[in-house]
Amino acid sequence: MVDSEHTGSRTTRILGIAVILGLIALILLGFFGAPEDDEQRDAVRMIFVHVPSAIFTYVAFTVTAIGSVMWLFRRSIWWDTVAAAAAEIGVLFCGLTLFTGSVWGRPTWNTYWDWGDVRLVTTLILFLMMIGYLSVRSLGGGERATATRAAIIGVLAMVLIPIVNRSVEWWESNTLHQKSSLTDGNLEDLTLFTLVVGFVVWGLFFTWSLIHRFRISWLERELRVRDLDQALVERRAEGREHEGQPV
Amino acid sequence: MTHLGYLLVGWGVTIGVGVLYAASLITRGRKLSARVPSDHRRWMSTDDT
Repeated sequence: MVDSEHTGSRTTRILGIAVILGLIALILLGFFGAPEDDEQRDAVRMIFVHVPSAIFTYVAFTVTAIGSVMWLFRRSIWWDTVAAAAAEIGVLFCGLTLFTGSVWGRPTWNTYWDWGDVRLVTTLILFLMMIGYLSVRSLGGGERATATRAAIIGVLAMVLIPIVNRSVEWWESNTLHQKSSLTDGNLEDLTLFTLVVGFVVWGLFFTWSLIHRFRISWLERELRVRDLDQALVERRAEGREHEGQPV
Repeated sequence: MTHLGYLLVGWGVTIGVGVLYAASLITRGRKLSARVPSDHRRWMSTDDT
């Protein structure tokens, strides 16, 4: 064991450096390498932060759903902790997806938001559901009951992910979004390459954050258990004192 | 470059939020690690420090 007073390790340091280098490459490629679009002009450069945020929102909430299932069926504290850590990062990514999409929407669709757009609304519902997940976890109460309540929300939110993702195809007439540029093969080579760099950077950052967030949750749990043990010892000592005194 | 304002806001907020979140994780980790004895931080090993 190591007496280091942080949640970092060699792995997280390597990941952290890779994120910084990858981000510098992404900025250079995103602003100066990738070509502008014929229709959207330079506004298309928002794709390099918007799409990776959206994809890793799905990844994070899928991890939460897997962790939630593992808690519900195996009562695994480890998986419950992973689920909670991924949920927090997923909410961050989902918020960024909504924000960058909104900022991108203004120059391309002439609006920041459209309540008739199925993908926008389903993404917002997913975002609110996962905020609900985090709120349930922060309410306190018994560890097992809290984990079970949160896990149910985590699994239900997973149902929304394919709906959000496929909404552009399923409700084609009710969305401003275009169909997937990735599967349509509409992207130019350097644009596609820059987008892949974006996925790699987001993937590395997600992994780095997940490891740190998991360790933080683990430490918080250790402290809760320690405080509980200490309180029990104090109560027992108090009880012994009272027993020794005449009534 | 067209739409530079939108791009700077979108990219700037994304990177800014990411940096702030990373900083908050490091800070929270440091504060909590100082309160938990090293033998209770069982994910750590001497090979991975």
